[in-house]
Amino acid sequence: MNTCVQTLVSPSAAPAVASDGSARRLPGDLAIWFFILAELLAFGAFFLAYAFARANNVELFNEQQLALDRNAGALNTILLLTSSYLVVRAVQAAEAGQSRRAATWIAGGFACGAGFVVVKLFEYVAKFAAGVSLSSSTFHMFYLILTFFHFMHVILGLVILAALWNGARKGRYGPGNMNGIETGAAYWHMVDLVWLILFPLVYVMR
Amino acid sequence: MRNHESPTRALHHSDHGTPLRATVIWVVLIAATIVTWSVGENGGSGPAVVGLLFAIAFGKGALIILDYMALRRAPLMWPLLALGWMTLVCALIGIAYWKGLAA
Repeated sequence: MNTCVQTLVSPSAAPAVASDGSARRLPGDLAIWFFILAELLAFGAFFLAYAFARANNVELFNEQQLALDRNAGALNTILLLTSSYLVVRAVQAAEAGQSRRAATWIAGGFACGAGFVVVKLFEYVAKFAAGVSLSSSTFHMFYLILTFFHFMHVILGLVILAALWNGARKGRYGPGNMNGIETGAAYWHMVDLVWLILFPLVYVMR
Repeated sequence: MRNHESPTRALHHSDHGTPLRATVIWVVLIAATIVTWSVGENGGSGPAVVGLLFAIAFGKGALIILDYMALRRAPLMWPLLALGWMTLVCALIGIAYWKGLAA
């Protein structure tokens, strides 16, 4: 890790970034960023549909929101944030030429993402056992559609992390080959980003 | 394209910040999450509380966008698009909340 820190904060590093405007660079593939924008628009549309549906049913939404498991929601927020952090560390390790160390960080990120899936499944099972379904109320319809749409993105993100782990383990990533790991990491951070709005919107706002 | 750049690029500068910076940001993100959770646990409601919730969400989102996604060093269009999305979504949620208060 010391090597990593030294490489990243060496005195020669700082001025090149701060003063050189041409150093601006979009990480990963351009295509993933268009995909991320499309995803953000889709999630944004869902969030606003929820918010304006709530405006017409405030009492129903406030009442049924109380039955949500905020502890599970907060725990899942922490798991996704931690997973994002570990993936950042993986990218930094790759940037420092330590691809196999990056694989270890990615494995940690995958474990946190998998933890999210487990917590979410427990939450769904409890909800279904309580008779919640897509048709049981407007609130439940939005809760299930929004969280499940996000859940599917987490699943895809885990597949991507598994692919990155495999590549990193084989020493594929390094300062001269950051494209794959940056592209996958960008997608994973997007999954985290939309949850940061979903959690206060659906679980807390009243 | 970038794959053909000099392998010494990382020696000149980092596009992804330092591990220390990433760790400090993680601590801030977790602390902010605990604030949001405790607001929920205490049944906080009303415009001021909702304003706080989405100010926190915006701040967390900005850290993810600028630092974890590394858009701080990307061409300006990209951080502006992502932050613009956050701003728009948070503002419209605020308008919807206000509409619900008035109803």
